[in-house]
Amino acid sequence: MAKVVDRKPLTWAEHTYLPQIVGGLKITLTNLFRKKVTLQYPEERPVIPDGYRGIPTLVKDPNGREKCVSCQLCEFVCPPKAIRITPGAIPEENTERAHIEKAPQEFEINMLRCIYCGFCQEVCPEEAIFLQDTFSLSGYSREELVFQKQKLYEIGGTLPDKHFKWDKKRSAAHAGNAH
Amino acid sequence: MEPATLQLLTDILLTFVYAGAVIAVLMGITMYTVLAERKVCGWLQGRIGPNRTALPIIASIPIIGPFMRGLGLFQPLADGGKFLFKEEPIPAHVNKVYYQLAPVIAMVPALLTVTVVPFGVWWDSVGVKHPLVLANIEIGILFLLAISSLGVYGIVMAGWAANSKFPFMGGIRSSAQMISYELAMVVSLLPVLMWSNGPGSTAGLSFYGIVTAQENGWWLIFAQPLSALIFLVALFAETNRLPFDMPESETELVGGFQTEYGAFKFGMFFVAEYAHIVVGSAVFSLLFLGGWDFLPFSSFNPYPENWFGSLLSIGWFLVKVCSLIFFFIWIRWTLPRFRYDQVMNIGWKILLPLAIGNLIFYTLILAIYDANR
Repeated sequence: MAKVVDRKPLTWAEHTYLPQIVGGLKITLTNLFRKKVTLQYPEERPVIPDGYRGIPTLVKDPNGREKCVSCQLCEFVCPPKAIRITPGAIPEENTERAHIEKAPQEFEINMLRCIYCGFCQEVCPEEAIFLQDTFSLSGYSREELVFQKQKLYEIGGTLPDKHFKWDKKRSAAHAGNAH
Repeated sequence: MEPATLQLLTDILLTFVYAGAVIAVLMGITMYTVLAERKVCGWLQGRIGPNRTALPIIASIPIIGPFMRGLGLFQPLADGGKFLFKEEPIPAHVNKVYYQLAPVIAMVPALLTVTVVPFGVWWDSVGVKHPLVLANIEIGILFLLAISSLGVYGIVMAGWAANSKFPFMGGIRSSAQMISYELAMVVSLLPVLMWSNGPGSTAGLSFYGIVTAQENGWWLIFAQPLSALIFLVALFAETNRLPFDMPESETELVGGFQTEYGAFKFGMFFVAEYAHIVVGSAVFSLLFLGGWDFLPFSSFNPYPENWFGSLLSIGWFLVKVCSLIFFFIWIRWTLPRFRYDQVMNIGWKILLPLAIGNLIFYTLILAIYDANR
């Protein structure tokens, strides 16, 4: 049922508009003394919420080991084709991890192409690629913004991880039932 | 050289010096009005406003420097510098002569009006009080009204010379608006003049006379609130301030008459507009707020009769002017713009009849009052 809104005729004072203007002036005056909402950006930084999708980086496990096994799922899922991986074997000398998995020889993320969708993080079976909280990224050339593996690890660092997959795999391999 | 000739030359030279000083102060206040506009606008909207500009040496003084930087006190320098050093393209389709002339014509009346505006008092060696004013002419108010309405020529000329649609609309609106509100403004001033020129008064049409008349009695804003209101509304319209900024109307006319202007020519329009606001505020405080008079309802006079008293009177007058400038800015960031037809309706159908009614009312009141004395 339609609700009838009762519109009272304006009083004489309201016809002059002056009370309304004074009311408006009061509102803006209270704003004058309110706390300012401006964030003075370069000095003050906004609080980044959890799950924020900043730049994608590679991370290492708490023991400082490379997590990526160059399965290339992120490369395939990446909508703007920003990721390029050259898979490689882990050399024999590395007794910690040899024969267990592969590792990327090259890992490139083109930050100019990246759209921060987070698909790579979602698809990664090893939880090796994470979107960080860095949201401002700039450089002087296009080449500079194609991030190589080393740089990606530098920015990414180490994230807390409760799986310790490499340890599990190694103990499984020692027990003789690798995969 | 004869003493009389020497005296004359000194007088002329001193007049130039005084004029330069007054113009410098007016331009200074104008520049900082522009800053105040941006700053107050920011505060009213919950922002901080300009606070980044810094002069190399001054800004590095420990506490004062960052404070001044935070207040944006160096911003006007940056603004002015930007206007000065920008390239000045002249569009191919404009009428070159009038296009160049228009900013000058807008600027000159804005600066000329300040000559008749008194801003303080001084006492000569025998203790007679004089106004501090560049030209203390008898018909100051008439002169000011005449010159300030010349400002519209700059706008109309700019609108026409730009030879494109939006500036043209802006120019037309501006002239219509100026004509409409000038009438109400002048008619609302007549009761003020009648009130000040009672029997035995020598106020005449000079600002100083009207201030003197208010010094010993009520300020006119309390004696004639309706006149003050009409004058204030008309003043907003005359200075092209929101809610009456028909000539500019950024949202619908791009920039109105200044659409085709850039760099320093735009800057001149800009400064002229704000100079009008400063002078308008000064005129309102002289006519209705008692100028440098200290308190509204008493003849209490705290100023000692020497140079210090003069400085105090100037200071108190500037306080009033700055409060009014703040009021101008405050209104601008509170009210939306009127529609064009609403502006015309308010001007012709409300303000003018109201001003005439006000005139008749005060004529009767004063006639009865004078008859019964």
